[in-house]
Amino acid sequence: MTFWQVTLNLLEGFKMTCSIFALTLVLALPLGLIISFGSMSRFKPLKAVVKVFVWIIRGVPLMLQLFIVFYLPGFLFGTPLFSRFVATIIAFSINYACYFSEIYRAGIEAIPRGQIEAGQVLGMTKFQIFTRITLMQVIKRIVPPMGNEIITLVKDTALARVIIVVEIIKVAEEMMAYAIIWPLFYTAVFYLVFVGALTLLFGWLEKKMSYYKV
Amino acid sequence: MEFLKVNGIYKKFDNTEVLKGIDFTLEKGEVLSIIGSSGSGKTTLLRCLNLLERADKGTVEINGNLVIDAEAEAKYTDRQIREKRLHMGLVFQQFNLFPQYNVVDNLTLAPILRVKERKDLSKEQKNLEIEKIKSRALEMLQTVGLSEKARSYPCEISGGQQQRVAIARALMLNPDILCFDEPTSALDPELTGEVLKVIKSLKTSDRTMIIVTHEMEFAKNVSDKVIFMADGVIEEMGSPEDVFEFPKSQKLIAFLNKANETF
Repeated sequence: MTFWQVTLNLLEGFKMTCSIFALTLVLALPLGLIISFGSMSRFKPLKAVVKVFVWIIRGVPLMLQLFIVFYLPGFLFGTPLFSRFVATIIAFSINYACYFSEIYRAGIEAIPRGQIEAGQVLGMTKFQIFTRITLMQVIKRIVPPMGNEIITLVKDTALARVIIVVEIIKVAEEMMAYAIIWPLFYTAVFYLVFVGALTLLFGWLEKKMSYYKV
Repeated sequence: MEFLKVNGIYKKFDNTEVLKGIDFTLEKGEVLSIIGSSGSGKTTLLRCLNLLERADKGTVEINGNLVIDAEAEAKYTDRQIREKRLHMGLVFQQFNLFPQYNVVDNLTLAPILRVKERKDLSKEQKNLEIEKIKSRALEMLQTVGLSEKARSYPCEISGGQQQRVAIARALMLNPDILCFDEPTSALDPELTGEVLKVIKSLKTSDRTMIIVTHEMEFAKNVSDKVIFMADGVIEEMGSPEDVFEFPKSQKLIAFLNKANETF
């Protein structure tokens, strides 16, 4: 197999890697916010349920969660509920939403009480206070830890291969059947370029928000 | 008739009685200073008046309107509480400017949101109102002497300037009563002067103010009325002369001696 051919094959797998990454991000970012509200709820039973949920999701390997989402419905109902790809997105979104929720929570709880009170005495609604005052400050605080988590997600997508989702590592592994090993190492270049671009993006975001201090 | 009438305000945190029944009245245009040592309940009183804390008992009337009724307070809707809060303005010890907005946006944020919410105005009328708010913000900045900082961000100006911006922000909504919660306590000594000067300059015939402060000289000079609080009650109340020159209660005498101590 020529270098060019290998590159094209890996690119095909990399497309899948990017799809898992992008869809997970789009779903987990808002879902994480909802979970964080639950974990900060003043309604004790809800808070307890959410805390236990986050504990389970963060406590069980993502690989195992992939198996569970994909195989368990088939095991229980005799027929799989989701395709391999959909199962992957579900497992990844829920898993990452739980991690994100803790980052959101830390960011929201770090906002000084006085910021909210200042909004209150100026007659702002709870919604206005959240969207106009708190949110921007939370975003500034959470960009660095979020960047970390999102970069981890890029590489975690490789786990999807355990339920035979053909992402870039899976493609490289299949080539190993023909005794070609170097494409496996070559995949690192794809990850590095992707993560490099993300690093630049997060650096730019941080700089963009450096005009104010929180 | 009294402009502000505070009646039997009582507040308990867990098992600590912080306010044990506070009564006082204020005429329109009067300046009231509240002094007393830390933990005497001054700040809690101010926070109850601003509905940041809910009083357990008592009432507050402003201009004949019952603004706070502790018994009924639990039933107030969010909307009612918002409207009630607007009778009062509050300047915080820690300024609490919004760091992501520049000075003029700090002033206009809440008033513009209020205009946008109104359903009785057409789009053109709203825009007109918003223009008015923007020019009012510049006037207010002039009042506190910070016109040239309109486009600065809070992190770019000094603590004293930040507090002056906070004062302008509180004035934007034209509260019936403007409250200050130890406005200079978080400032370096050389910056307190500029803030106190601004507060003093606000004293006009129709602006009613309540100032919780540790600045005794300032309280003496600017107030029409002084309250000394101790252990959740008004220990002594009167004109600045009465309180500072002829204190009666032992606690007040001890407090003033301590405040006048020089090193």
